[in-house]
Amino acid sequence: MAKQQIPLTGAQQLTIGKALNLGLRRALEDDPKVLLMGEDVGRLGGVFRITDGLQKDFGEDRVLDSPLAESGIVGTAIGLAMRGYRPVCEMQFDGFSYPAFDQVTNQLAKMHYRSRGRITLPVVIRIPYGGGIGSVEHHSESPETYYAHTAGLKVVTPATPRDAYFMVQQAVRCDDPVVFLEPKARYYEKGEVDLDAPVASAEPLFASRVFRAGTDCTVVGYGPTIRVLRESADAAAEDGRSLELVDLRSLSPLDLDPVYESVRRTGRLVVVHEAPTNLGPSAEIAARVTSECFYSLEAPVQRVGGFNTPYPASKLEEHFLPDLDRVLDAVDRTFAY
Amino acid sequence: MPTSTSAPRRRRRPPTNPAADDAQLLAFYRQMVLVRRFEERAARAYTEARIGGYCHLNLGEEATVAGLAAALDPTDYLFATYREHGYALARGIAPERVMAELYGRTDGVSGGWGGSMHMFDADTRFMGGYGIVGGQVPLATGAALAIEYRGGGEAVVCLLGDGTTNIGAFHESLNLAALWHLPIVYVIVNNGLGMGTTVEQASAEPELHRRAAAYRMDSARVDGNDPTAVYDAVRTALAGARAGRPYLLETVSGRLKGHSVVDPAKYRSRAEAAALAAADPVAAYAVRLHGAGLLTDELIAEIDADATATVAAAADFAEHSPHPDVSTLFDHTYATPVPNDARRLPGEPLFPVPANGVPA
Repeated sequence: MAKQQIPLTGAQQLTIGKALNLGLRRALEDDPKVLLMGEDVGRLGGVFRITDGLQKDFGEDRVLDSPLAESGIVGTAIGLAMRGYRPVCEMQFDGFSYPAFDQVTNQLAKMHYRSRGRITLPVVIRIPYGGGIGSVEHHSESPETYYAHTAGLKVVTPATPRDAYFMVQQAVRCDDPVVFLEPKARYYEKGEVDLDAPVASAEPLFASRVFRAGTDCTVVGYGPTIRVLRESADAAAEDGRSLELVDLRSLSPLDLDPVYESVRRTGRLVVVHEAPTNLGPSAEIAARVTSECFYSLEAPVQRVGGFNTPYPASKLEEHFLPDLDRVLDAVDRTFAY
Repeated sequence: MPTSTSAPRRRRRPPTNPAADDAQLLAFYRQMVLVRRFEERAARAYTEARIGGYCHLNLGEEATVAGLAAALDPTDYLFATYREHGYALARGIAPERVMAELYGRTDGVSGGWGGSMHMFDADTRFMGGYGIVGGQVPLATGAALAIEYRGGGEAVVCLLGDGTTNIGAFHESLNLAALWHLPIVYVIVNNGLGMGTTVEQASAEPELHRRAAAYRMDSARVDGNDPTAVYDAVRTALAGARAGRPYLLETVSGRLKGHSVVDPAKYRSRAEAAALAAADPVAAYAVRLHGAGLLTDELIAEIDADATATVAAAADFAEHSPHPDVSTLFDHTYATPVPNDARRLPGEPLFPVPANGVPA
């Protein structure tokens, strides 16, 4: 994506990776207090090249190459934020965020509450997450439950280039800490982004979105599973079934009103994510939908996700990750009641 | 921020604190006695169940508190540990606000939400106690980086205990500070014990200040029972830090009581406890000033009476300050609005059933 020469104006076909790169560029341009920091984010441009070229254009003081020290990176970012900066930290991989977990959960999430609102920490933690890249544990994990479970953090994840471009800018502007999860297996997916559109024209950061209307069954996903949802809906349509698809976009806070509205019409719900289903986001969603839409449900809420194991061997990951077959199977089950 | 290859910056200004004069020597004593009486009063309030949770006292650390705090400029930032009451007082936070915080009351430094371990006061640039070992070390490093960005002559002083020198974040932070020439002084308050584990049992290099060598950082060890020695050492360290040379200072003092108020310190022998009491820094410093003609018996009694009256008033103030209201439970979890924020109080149903029993 680094080699893609994109005019920085007008409507462009961009990959998610390039959209993130341009979104971060805009954030750096818009506010001199914005800093990027992380391992290899500067000269190398990041392990996935998301920050490619930014140090060259904004300097070593705005785009910092830090030592290999996740706890130190996040802790230092907190200190910077306490004094008015808006740091954006890159964790190279999902599993690499765990060495910083102490700082994220014990300091970043709690400081505003602890200080009774006197300290705000506008820190963004960017984490490429999810599997499907032929790698193993540490490099393919879905840590969203840990972060979404922690009050004080907000957790969002884009699934399209347009969302990537705007959501990363909105996250930087948010006065709360935001864990920004990037579906790394989708970095190269392309879509149109209007680079002239102001951030204010984008949808709210913490809103979910129905992105395909349907009548028979609601299917909810986010991040890397949005593509799976699309494929599932196409295949279901061939069988004469109309799926309504929802992209959650935000995992904390959850915006479930559009899901309730949808389920009240379709009577069926399937929730899809790569994270293990055991106590995962789908468990919370199922509980809330059951409470809110009990009289509308034609079947129990079905869940498709990772199994209750560590992330498996790379040659087995296709069995671990939700795919078209498993989603359609779950849809079928909602019709079996 | 200088890049990793750039030279340290020029000193931005000379140290502003003069060498301790007689007035300062007496001020150290007043400060030490105030901390001593305050902590004794806090321990009593704890046993009276006025203070809950955990409560770590600065008893035995008074000389370090007094010397360190006096060496800071008002614009410097101080990050503390969970053993921070004395530093909060010495930084200029009113004793009644510190005591009220211990009592968990709304007039406390943190509105009753911080308690013993999480005091925070932006006005005095007291950037918090931290309830987890070493949590503050990377944060202080970041605050120093912010000073570097903004420009200006402030510095950060980051307190930590001897046990903290064994956690990863300590090393990550010192490396960053040295690499980026940050205006920060890390002060290891070495009281010889991490809870009940001695420094020698826990640290392969028990001369903790020597760890700075791994980062080509200046360092020193100083007698933490001598306020003037601490004062001078912190001034020297701060001068270096303001010139872009971070510093690791180790102060050595005793911990007269247990790790926290509830710790009977049974791991310490009777002889060890007796030796600690005999080396009591407050008493030793009084003898020293007395010998120098700066303190008289009358003045000792007067200072003691002043401190006792101050902490009694602080305890009375704390006693009469209101508890936080339960309606504030949900405040400040986030800085920005949270869609669908439920704000349910404990015991309220997750999804209230409408009066007619039928959801909309």
